[in-house]
Parts: sequence; C-alpha cells; structure tokens
Amino acid sequence: MHSFGYRANALLTFAVTILAFICAIASFSDNFSNQAPSAQIQILNINWFQKQPHGNDEVSLTMNITADLQSLFTWNTKQVFAFVAAEYETSKNTLNQVSLWDAIIPEKEEANFWIQISNKYRFIDQGHNLRGKDFNLTLHWHVMPKTGKMFADKIVMSGYRLPNAYR
Amino acid sequence: MDWQGQKVVEQLMQILLVISGVVAVVVGYATESFRAMMLIYAGGVVLATLVTVPNWPFYNHHPLKWLDQSEAEKHPKPQVVAKKRFSKK
Repeated sequence: MHSFGYRANALLTFAVTILAFICAIASFSDNFSNQAPSAQIQILNINWFQKQPHGNDEVSLTMNITADLQSLFTWNTKQVFAFVAAEYETSKNTLNQVSLWDAIIPEKEEANFWIQISNKYRFIDQGHNLRGKDFNLTLHWHVMPKTGKMFADKIVMSGYRLPNAYR
Repeated sequence: MDWQGQKVVEQLMQILLVISGVVAVVVGYATESFRAMMLIYAGGVVLATLVTVPNWPFYNHHPLKWLDQSEAEKHPKPQVVAKKRFSKK
C-alpha cells in the first residue's frame, strides 16, 4: 500500500469483487418472491384449416389471450418473455410444441393484459395429424433478470380441440 | 505513506467497501429499486477512493526514524570480500 497506484489497484479489484457479491445476492433474493400469475386463453375462431401442398396440416386461429403476470416482476427483473404454445401428441412425436404467439413485457404495468389476435407464428404440423386433435395451449414465461438466474415456468390450459375436417 | 498509515488504509478500504455493499443491498431490496442499489454502491466506492487512495497527511503521523547521519558514520559499512571463482574443468 506504499504507492498511489498500488492502493488504487487494490481498491478497484476489491470493489469489483464486492460488486459481484452484490449481484449474486440480488439474484438470490428472487427466490423469495411470491409469484401468482394467472392466464386464460379463449379460441374465438378457427380461421382456416388446410393441408399444404407438401402434405403438412396448417391451422390459423384467432385467440383471446388474457393474463396477469404482474407478480412475476421483482426489483431484479429486466423483462418477462411470454409465449403461447400449442401442445399435442402424435404417433410420430410424443410431444409437439408449436409457438403461436410471443411478447416481451418490459414493465410491471404492462404485464396485466388482454389481447385478441390471430396466431403470430404459423401453426404447421409435421404431417397431417391435426384433424380432430385435442391440444393444450400453454402460456410459458421467462423472467429475465437484471443480474443472475433466469426463472421460467408455465400454465397449461387444456381442453382445446381442432375440427374433424378441413375448412 | 508510513507503515502505520498503510495498515490503516488497507483496513479502511475494506471496511468502507463492504459496508457500502451491505447498505446498497439492504436499501435496494427495501425500496425495490435496483438502480438505488447501484447508485449507493457507486457512491460508496467513490467515497472509499477519496479516503484511502490519496496520500493524506494523517497517514504520515508515524514516520520511520532513519538513522542519523552522524551515527551512521560511526558504524562503517561492511566491506565486500572478493569471491573465489571455481573454474570449470
């Protein structure tokens, strides 16, 4: 500690180490937040349901998505990434997950929302298994932190069914 | 900076930084503001820098007592004896 440079270096190094600790503590504190999100998805309309030239089924739907994800936000949250996926089983795959819609929610105030929209991404099957298919719509979310660990979870909503014939 | 000063400076630096860190986390968590935590910590780092890095006078209150010139002359420096070199065969 005999020179200016030595002291400045020691201080800077120690300060950065403590900064790392602070960020770790901030991230750890996310484990203590009470999260109680809720969501509902209603399918308003099946716009069309066709078999593509290559043989794969495709559906277009209009959905009403309501969700309250405000409780997911903590002091260490940068944004929440939410997406809706259609999940179903076929003989070829045990689980098919097709992402239909997603959004980035940057602030707590915007996390309580209602949106009526047709699927942002195309709902295309690997094959032609969708007629009369029962499927779940799952709202997944990723809570992206300012520092540290990202938490992800979902709400599964079941009971949806596609029509038995193409339209 | 004298030895005593250096010891004090090291301790002060560590204590100031740790306390800034603790206060930053507590205030940030309580006010749910990440920004508050970062600002308080940055302030603490600046404070610690101002207190410990410059060579303030109060770190020089225990200067080393070097040997007096008159006393040094009474004790001559030891002479260096020429070393024998072992030649390689």
